[in-house]
Amino acid sequence: MSMLNVEGINVYYGAIHAVKDISFHVDEGEIVTLIGANGAGKSTILKTVSGLLHSRTGSITFLDHGIAGVPAHKIVYQGLAQVPEGRQVFLQMTVEENLEMGAFTRPNSEVSGGIARVYEQFPRLKERRRQVAGTLSGGEQQMLAMGRALMSKPRLMMLDEPSMGLAPILVEQIFDIIKALNQDGTTILLVEQNARMALSIAHRGYVLETGHIVTTGTGAELLADESVKRAYLGG
Amino acid sequence: MSFLNHLINGISLGSVYAIIALGYTMVYGIAKMLNFAHGDVIMVGAYVCFFASSSFGLPPILGVILAMVVCTVLGVVIERLAYKPLRQATSLAVLITAIGMSYFLQNAAQLLWTSNPKIFPTFFSFGGQTGVSLFDGGLNISYAALVTIIVCIVIMVALTLFTSKTKMGKAMRACSEDKAAAQLMGINVNTTISMTFAIGSCLAAVAGVLLCSAYPTLQPTTGSMPGIKAFTAAVFGGIGSIPGALVGGLLLGIIEILAKAYISTQLSDAIVFAVLIIVLLVKPAGLLGKMIREKV
Repeated sequence: MSMLNVEGINVYYGAIHAVKDISFHVDEGEIVTLIGANGAGKSTILKTVSGLLHSRTGSITFLDHGIAGVPAHKIVYQGLAQVPEGRQVFLQMTVEENLEMGAFTRPNSEVSGGIARVYEQFPRLKERRRQVAGTLSGGEQQMLAMGRALMSKPRLMMLDEPSMGLAPILVEQIFDIIKALNQDGTTILLVEQNARMALSIAHRGYVLETGHIVTTGTGAELLADESVKRAYLGG
Repeated sequence: MSFLNHLINGISLGSVYAIIALGYTMVYGIAKMLNFAHGDVIMVGAYVCFFASSSFGLPPILGVILAMVVCTVLGVVIERLAYKPLRQATSLAVLITAIGMSYFLQNAAQLLWTSNPKIFPTFFSFGGQTGVSLFDGGLNISYAALVTIIVCIVIMVALTLFTSKTKMGKAMRACSEDKAAAQLMGINVNTTISMTFAIGSCLAAVAGVLLCSAYPTLQPTTGSMPGIKAFTAAVFGGIGSIPGALVGGLLLGIIEILAKAYISTQLSDAIVFAVLIIVLLVKPAGLLGKMIREKV
């Protein structure tokens, strides 16, 4: 049984059919990536899994629990965290307060230990712990968004475009961190426009086009696939 | 010396505005709506306290507590019935609903308690005195004014601690900044909005009692003008900001009383709003308000 099983979901924005009968799964310990052009429906899928949007059909199962239709704030308690697109850190709150909010679902006794672990992983955040998040650089905000998601001790972490707007050197750093998190036992579902980076660390990937899954395979297979190369890897 | 008298009266009136403005500003911060029925919750609070003490003979402190409980429940019920179904609606629809709710409360009060003014009892008198007189009567400070100022300070300190130190307070700030991200943290946005209405309405009850202690005529429209003034104070200080509500409230109260004393009683309201317009021309987000920058 997969950790996350998505079966035949259809998501609409008003009259726009953004996600069309999509099915995919993520096994425990994997890094799975959804790649595709802007508007292919990648973010919509993540938001539907995390409960911010709802599918009209199909089912979403996480750790054997049906979570389709469950409100987002309850899904977090089951061990599923999302690092949203554009980071969405709380800009007027300090770095440390952001991390505390990440631990909202955890008992108070775990908060300081969790913060210490995040600072170990992201020493830069420790230096800036008393600063409000709005004063951080884009890369630091991305680290904060990831650290905040980690605070809930997720079994599955979903990342929405973590490389967006970052300098290439930072993108490498962020992907190294994602790989390290995975090696520490966190399962990863990654949405990316930077297909080459995403496929290079992913165990498996799904290629989306206008709301449909068109191809699937291992990271290496997709990197070598001629049509994927032509459409997403600039070659 | 008379200037000092006016100043103290201004600070006292401003403290009431500040307490009411908190309700506007907190609700705006989190639900992004202007709850125009807030002023009328004040009126309900004052009536509850009035009847508790004059009809049932309860001691003032119990009357105040009862008013706080009734208004807290009223605020939460108003949100559930009138505003929550409109969470996805346009802001104009919510605004009109709030104005409708305001009229509903005023008319319900008129039906229940008639429009004949009630004279609010004097709570703050000690040993037959309603205030202290200093410098051979040169400076008169009423106990009501003193209590109002102290209560305002206590509320401000308590709220600041609540929003900066407690988990629920921080969750409230998180919600007011980004509801989707707050949900992804596990914060129940609906509960948080209810809690904000509860706090604001509870404070409205306190404001109602303090207001009627200083200006003892109580009728169904009692809350509407102070409500509008406090809304002005919230905008003045920067809507959404808690310290802004304090600064805006105090300034508004002081300007109003000084304008009444030295310029013209009739023109005092006009002067207050003229100052508001000037402040907004110079600082569109209010004195302590933050301009929202869109980050891409």
